[in-house]
Amino acid sequence: MRHWRAFKLSSAGKLQLMPRQIEVDIKFPNQTKYLGMIGKIGESLAHTLGSYQGDREELGYHLNLVLTEALTNAICHANACDPSKEVKVSISVTEQDLIIRVFDQGQGFDIKQLKKLKVNETAEGGRGVQIIFKLMDQVEYLKKGRSNVLQMIKHLH
Amino acid sequence: MQLNIEEQGDIVKIEVQEERMDAHNSGDLKERMLGLFDEGKCNLVIDLSAVRFVDSSGLGALVSGFKNASARDGSLKLCCLQPQVRSMFELTRLHRVFEIFASTDEALESF
Repeated sequence: MRHWRAFKLSSAGKLQLMPRQIEVDIKFPNQTKYLGMIGKIGESLAHTLGSYQGDREELGYHLNLVLTEALTNAICHANACDPSKEVKVSISVTEQDLIIRVFDQGQGFDIKQLKKLKVNETAEGGRGVQIIFKLMDQVEYLKKGRSNVLQMIKHLH
Repeated sequence: MQLNIEEQGDIVKIEVQEERMDAHNSGDLKERMLGLFDEGKCNLVIDLSAVRFVDSSGLGALVSGFKNASARDGSLKLCCLQPQVRSMFELTRLHRVFEIFASTDEALESF
């Protein structure tokens, strides 16, 4: 975990302290046994956000859930449970936003179509993406070089 | 997945002894339930008191059990949900599908 204070020069040429930021980058083998560990990191992060005014318990649970859903999608669907592949996740926290990016090495999919799909009440699957859309403020799935990235943003204020 | 399975008359109580139900372990629950259905046992109570976290895969396993039980004229009922687990059923509207009880006894008596 990198943890730092950034500085920038003001117009008067003096150093100014930027808001505290956190960035966590994790790379792990394409296996579901790591879901709990990474979900827990997201949950712990919610308790360290100094300026967050909302319910931290709830935010923590939601981050655990969103990470679990997004990583399951990357491991089991995008990377087709291939243990030779890997998954990368990065979590960035700024004063305003919490940004989660999950990278996979699959074929990609149209997330907007998945969002539109109506999940039958007694369907066994299809709820993961719906949960992500319900809990996060901005969700995009983009091609980035040889990988795809699922980017999910939660506004903290 | 750690499961404690007890038979009480024609009802099978399954206690999930895990803090998390996710894509890593939910398949086990689904398979154990399918085994019970094959033996003709289709009235199930799932005790979730130890579960603090459930994702869409965990919910999917429960829905699978629910549908299989119903298709065999039995039923699958849930009990002892922690508040955050309960909130997941509300978020996905599955609280309208399952019968959910506060205690194991209430669930068992409802058959």
